[in-house]
Amino acid sequence: MSATSVAEAPARSGRAPKSETDRSKAERKLAWMLCAPAVIVMVAVTAYPIVYAFYLSLLRADLRFPDDRTWNGLNNYGTVLSSSLWWSDVWHTVIITVISVAIELVLGMLLAITMHRALFGRGLVRTAALIPYGIVTVVAAFAWRFAWSSAVGGFVPKALGFSYDPLDPTHPFWNYFVVIATEVWKTTPFMALLLLAGLTLVPEELHEAARVDGASAWQRFWRITVPLMKPAILVALLFRTLDAFRIFDSVFIISNGPNPKLETVSILGYNQLLNRLNLGLGSAVSVLIFLMVAVIAFLFVKGFGTSLAQQRGEK
Amino acid sequence: MWLAACGGSSGGRANINVWVFNEPSGSFKNAAKRCTQQSDGKYKISLNALSNQADQQRQSLVRRLAAKDSSIDIAGMDVVWTAEFAAAGWIKEWPTDIANQVKQGTLPGPLTTATYNGKLYAAPANSNTQLLWYRKDKVDKPADTWSGLIDQAKQLKTHIEIQGAQYEGVVVWFNSLVQSAGGTIVKGDQVTLGSGGQKAADIISELAHSSAADPSLASQHEDENRLAFEAGTAFFQINYPFIYPSAKDSAPKIFKQIAWAPYPGINAGEPAKAPIGGINWGVGAYTKHPQEAFEAAACMRNSENEKEAAIKGGLPPTLESLYSDPELKKAYPFADLIKKQLANAAVRPVTPAYADVSLAIAKAVSPPSSIKTDGFVNALRGTLKDALDSQALL
Repeated sequence: MSATSVAEAPARSGRAPKSETDRSKAERKLAWMLCAPAVIVMVAVTAYPIVYAFYLSLLRADLRFPDDRTWNGLNNYGTVLSSSLWWSDVWHTVIITVISVAIELVLGMLLAITMHRALFGRGLVRTAALIPYGIVTVVAAFAWRFAWSSAVGGFVPKALGFSYDPLDPTHPFWNYFVVIATEVWKTTPFMALLLLAGLTLVPEELHEAARVDGASAWQRFWRITVPLMKPAILVALLFRTLDAFRIFDSVFIISNGPNPKLETVSILGYNQLLNRLNLGLGSAVSVLIFLMVAVIAFLFVKGFGTSLAQQRGEK
Repeated sequence: MWLAACGGSSGGRANINVWVFNEPSGSFKNAAKRCTQQSDGKYKISLNALSNQADQQRQSLVRRLAAKDSSIDIAGMDVVWTAEFAAAGWIKEWPTDIANQVKQGTLPGPLTTATYNGKLYAAPANSNTQLLWYRKDKVDKPADTWSGLIDQAKQLKTHIEIQGAQYEGVVVWFNSLVQSAGGTIVKGDQVTLGSGGQKAADIISELAHSSAADPSLASQHEDENRLAFEAGTAFFQINYPFIYPSAKDSAPKIFKQIAWAPYPGINAGEPAKAPIGGINWGVGAYTKHPQEAFEAAACMRNSENEKEAAIKGGLPPTLESLYSDPELKKAYPFADLIKKQLANAAVRPVTPAYADVSLAIAKAVSPPSSIKTDGFVNALRGTLKDALDSQALL
């Protein structure tokens, strides 16, 4: 964030060099100094680890073989990308991301509309809806595991009359069901909150005018609310997709040990780095996850940008 | 536990931190107490509990050791970690005089697991092997081969309880099958897996696809096996002797009917190469009190302490003389069989990359019902080779 403001400042002054007085020079200097701490912190906590991870991903770096640290070029990337394990884990991650974000969007929208339209107890409704989001993910995941796992005496399998343990790795459908349900339960409020902000931007007069013209509630929702909320929807989707793609904690807790059919890319990276201490391969996995997240963000921002342009064009 | 944070010595007495799994019978705790007393104020042992699952124990230890943590004076290491820890320089080689003292009277099998490149890197604390446990009220005489046993279980409409989850336990099983069939998996830095591997995969697959397999085979560890046997649903289990004292306490009716037989083989008449497990005491490379740590580690495995661990905790000793101890024989009626199996045991591959080798095998053979038996050996050979070069994504 601070990086952009720093970058913009010289660009703007560059456009009008004549207006650069002593005062604006001093202001620029001050701006740099004010930004410096933030820039330094950002470099230290994000840029340095990213660059270092990229560097490690080019080495054979394994803490168990400290003397065998050698330059490995792009071999680690070759290993990862040619491994069927990587691609099946990408696929698992995509399944969880797409399904959970889609459900969250629908439920989040319903929740946002409820919160928006609530006539009485508005504060209570909003607070109650936010409780799951306030619970630590690990705790939420444990709650779902304890409810669903027959092995630890969960009540759900008993209530549904299951003869087997739904969290057993041999039942991937239920494994995914519980992970996705945990994600949805936990983050729908976040989605709803972002959508609620978008809803408040829709002017009430448009709805009234449409109602006078005889538009049904359904038509008003699709023709007025949704187009005007598009930026808010895209931001909410972007945030949630990026989060969901990096899913780690709930899958880790719910699978409770290795579960090859539920393994996501973050867990794969964790296994390479923290279990096997293979810094080279693990960093390559991390860099690839970073790139995929960057691509998702880029696509969303693109979509976000064009939708804004369309809106302006229509006006 | 707060003592661990201080690390250093207090009043000239070295504080020795021992990191080991939380032994439920308390025999390690008692050993630590006795050794502290016997040291005459030289050191004080503090016991730090690690997880009960081997993979998690290793994770906790290697993270600290890779970060050169000096608070790990003694590590309770699974027998398969020796090569990895020694090659990475995380544990100290034992000095000659105290090493000779440790070697004295120790069974050769356990001693092999504590040795790397001909040097002693740990003191064998306890050994372990799996037996075939069965119900003598339901089974007259258990078959001595895998296929015979599977048929027998099918006829009796019961299960053979064994470790099938994707972890070290399934590797133990696979390794024993391969070696019982006359093969090996890895030697030095060479992959040696051959027809023995195919035989092993076929047997695991046969069991998994038969009614003799527990429906949750793919998620079973030693403890789930024990519970199923104690619940009376299974008449057979392949497991370590800890189930014996456990059944005495938690399932006295079943306990009366427990009998044991040697680990099943591949061909009739040929004895199997049974698994060998257990714990070795290694001395951390970054300890501030190496001398005291070596002495404390040696003390923790002396005759008195190993005997208590065996009788109370069901952990087979590594000292040969204990196997003829009358008290131990009474609590441990299968002592002779264990000693016999340990003499001809299937040691798991000795390689610094063992953790990767083990993961590669676990992923190839678990879940057992989805083993691809066609081309199994070639596929696993490929991953094992990459694993030895730290070039396998696992």
